[in-house]
Amino acid sequence: MRSRTRENLAGWLFVAPVVVILGLFVLLPILMAFWVSLTGWNGQGSPFRAGVPFVGGENYARLFAEEGLARENFMTSIRNNIYYVGAVVPLQTALALFLALAVNKRKTFFRTAFYFPSVTSSVAISVVFLFLFANSGAVNQLLAFVGVDGPQWFSDPRGVIHLLLGEPPAALTEHGLLGLTWWDWLSGPSVAMCAIIVLVVWTTAGTFMLMFLAALQNIPKTLDEAAEIDGASRRQRFWRVTLPQLKPTMFLVLTLGLIGTWQVFDQIYVMSQGDPAKTTLTPAFLSYRTAFRDFDYGAGTAISFVLFLIIVLLTLFQRWVMRERRA
Amino acid sequence: MRRVVLAVFSVIFIYPFVIQIANAFKTDPDAAANPLSPIPHPATLAGFERVFLGTDMPIWLGNSLLVTVVVTLGRVLLDSMAGYALARLRFRGRRGLFVTVVAVIAVPGVVLFIPKFLVLNQLGMYDSYLALILPLVADAAGVFVMKQFFESIPHGVEEAARMDGAGTFRVFWSVVLPMARPALVTLTILSFQSSWNEFPHTLVAVQDPGLFTLPRGLADLVSGSLGGGSQFPLKLGAALLATIPVAIIFVVFQRYFIRDQNEGAEKG
Repeated sequence: MRSRTRENLAGWLFVAPVVVILGLFVLLPILMAFWVSLTGWNGQGSPFRAGVPFVGGENYARLFAEEGLARENFMTSIRNNIYYVGAVVPLQTALALFLALAVNKRKTFFRTAFYFPSVTSSVAISVVFLFLFANSGAVNQLLAFVGVDGPQWFSDPRGVIHLLLGEPPAALTEHGLLGLTWWDWLSGPSVAMCAIIVLVVWTTAGTFMLMFLAALQNIPKTLDEAAEIDGASRRQRFWRVTLPQLKPTMFLVLTLGLIGTWQVFDQIYVMSQGDPAKTTLTPAFLSYRTAFRDFDYGAGTAISFVLFLIIVLLTLFQRWVMRERRA
Repeated sequence: MRRVVLAVFSVIFIYPFVIQIANAFKTDPDAAANPLSPIPHPATLAGFERVFLGTDMPIWLGNSLLVTVVVTLGRVLLDSMAGYALARLRFRGRRGLFVTVVAVIAVPGVVLFIPKFLVLNQLGMYDSYLALILPLVADAAGVFVMKQFFESIPHGVEEAARMDGAGTFRVFWSVVLPMARPALVTLTILSFQSSWNEFPHTLVAVQDPGLFTLPRGLADLVSGSLGGGSQFPLKLGAALLATIPVAIIFVVFQRYFIRDQNEGAEKG
């Protein structure tokens, strides 16, 4: 009996520091923020003070149901992030798989080179890419070599589909959905967003390459050899033998990508702050801006919670499918 | 063919760093006119001089070093203590606690910005070293990694030590921890890398430029605190200072980075 109590005590003493820190800075904040998202607190004094107005679901309603700047900004940020996710996830997955196949059974030099960007500071890398994508910077000089007049990457707000198709048809600009016109929804990511997409694909591909590499090394060699003896071409062996073996890893990479891309923040903060014309505004950056620049903490935390919900749903989806696979 | 493809991609992945280094040593007009050239013409240290004399860089470097060292030491100690308890000590509520730790890993950092600020503010810690460091000193993922590791070492050694009358902490400190060296090295490196690079936390923890870490100061330089021209050599030089420590750690301890990624893949 006494040793039982002692082991309980020792256990809790060992975990106490971690429990206190995670409790104070992860769990408690979530509860506090949920309260704040139901109020009109402006950052003055404590949000639990008697005078702080309780507004219920008002902050959430402003994001979805009520016409106004809050909804326009929020829907714009959702649009931008959908384009961002839609571009980054397939591109980084494809590049990661391609690099993994290329470096499989090779010297570690290439692995190191491709992986290095993902361990460096996101802020520092963003600074480098700002320089690369400057108006007369390295990228535009390279484009000039092949006779292309590069855009002003961080000041042109037009979407790439807009740039390709020219002026929008009136039918699409007159009507809309949730505070944005159809054209606003459909005109594509701006060139500024494209530059950020390039940066992110370039930095994260290496991480996912390592995951594919680990999976490739677990595929028994005999499988590939058997297919070769049966006369399968290289291409057939890839599509029919290798790729099916990579399915679990592929799924992991895709869902980690989906979860990660909804959290883009550092690059936006350093490179564009949501500009030009809000085309790089994302929910994560918008929630930060709403709280700390406009001092509208209620709306800012409400945006965080909606984002939280999106990410939790994606995480649950991932864990659910992974469980199916294991069973 | 494969060799050509690899060569092209190596250039794509390495050349941006070459450009960064080269342009940090260029004059402003040279960097603006010849951004692609790997050779500064003329080479100058003017950018670095302005970083060190004209900005708060020395303070940011000092703060970054302090935060990184304290956070890394704290994480290694606290995460391994908690990981050990979860793996080996039978205490009431252990299972529930482990489930909570796994849930916390899944909480995305970006949704915690405002919430963390609220708590730091409420506790009166906002804008202090404590705010910069304390919330980072324990991380759920590290606890998970250490728990997995401690479960893999055999029970026998601990039992022998306990027979000799050693207490729980003593067994942990002088018997188990020394056996955990590979896991501790991995955790140290990953903590160093993530706390050195940490940016968004500093945005919600401090506002006094005297408390900025290097990434925060760098972001501040870029968003216009410099004034007058783009001054890219200076910014690239500052970015280089933020990159070098992690680059050194990466080159020296490469296998730890890469092994950890692989383990992550298998875990999922």
